[in-house]
Amino acid sequence: MAIEWYLVLSAMLFSIGFAGVLVRRNPVVVLLCLELMLSGGALAMLSFSRLHGDGDGQVFVLMVLVVAAAEVVVGLGLVVAMFRRRIPLDVDEMKELRG
Amino acid sequence: MVEVAFFFGAIGAIGGALAVVLLRNPFYSVLALVVHLVFLAGIFLLLLSQFIAAAQIVVYAGAVMVIYVFVAAYVGGIEEPMFDSSPKLRIFGPIIAAALFIEISIAVLGSSLTALGTEGVAKVESGFGTPEAVGRLMLEDFLIAFEAASLLLLVAAVAAIVLAGRKDETTGPSATVPAGSTGPGEPG
Repeated sequence: MAIEWYLVLSAMLFSIGFAGVLVRRNPVVVLLCLELMLSGGALAMLSFSRLHGDGDGQVFVLMVLVVAAAEVVVGLGLVVAMFRRRIPLDVDEMKELRG
Repeated sequence: MVEVAFFFGAIGAIGGALAVVLLRNPFYSVLALVVHLVFLAGIFLLLLSQFIAAAQIVVYAGAVMVIYVFVAAYVGGIEEPMFDSSPKLRIFGPIIAAALFIEISIAVLGSSLTALGTEGVAKVESGFGTPEAVGRLMLEDFLIAFEAASLLLLVAAVAAIVLAGRKDETTGPSATVPAGSTGPGEPG
């Protein structure tokens, strides 16, 4: 398989995740769609790693896994805190930070 | 054979991704993401990234998704009145995403990188993508990134406890746990 196919697939996954971030309103699902975008980026990096026969991209993908885990922990902690304080779980309702 | 495996994995990964976005119940979205990640790990194997594929299954589809499942079950299946309050985004979101996909595809396929049409370098070094090779790179060339990642995980763990921990006595009544009235609903 040519590397192009993998890159187009990664672009497609990134775009689907992007659409989800825009359209969905539940913060848990927004975080899930962010994971989709991250996995699209990871696939692109692995494709280029294979293209060059160089392992650096794989280490970068591991770093992406670490950052995604940290992001999930903080984001879901925020969701739980919102739920406890009875803030509606809807990203459209959170307007307090608007400048 | 590789083509069959690629398209099998690609269809599964795209289907899982679409299910994440389209399913209305967050609990099912989490399960769809697990499906997506498993198929994507298969595609990683085609790119000779055995260790990343295994780490993806263990870390993502295993550990991270368990957190998601717990939180989705804890906050309950919020029946999202899907897209109601933002009709503009409902229309323009997919259009913008499709435009982004076309744009990235043009940028990638229209680039002058002729090697993109090949399968990559014909002969990779032996052990490419194995835990040994990745670990060697990580602990020799990328040691600072590795240490920074460990620090980041520590900070994230502390942040999760600070954010989601119970603050019963110290703060006002707004911080108390809701008593059953808005308890977690059915996941299904």
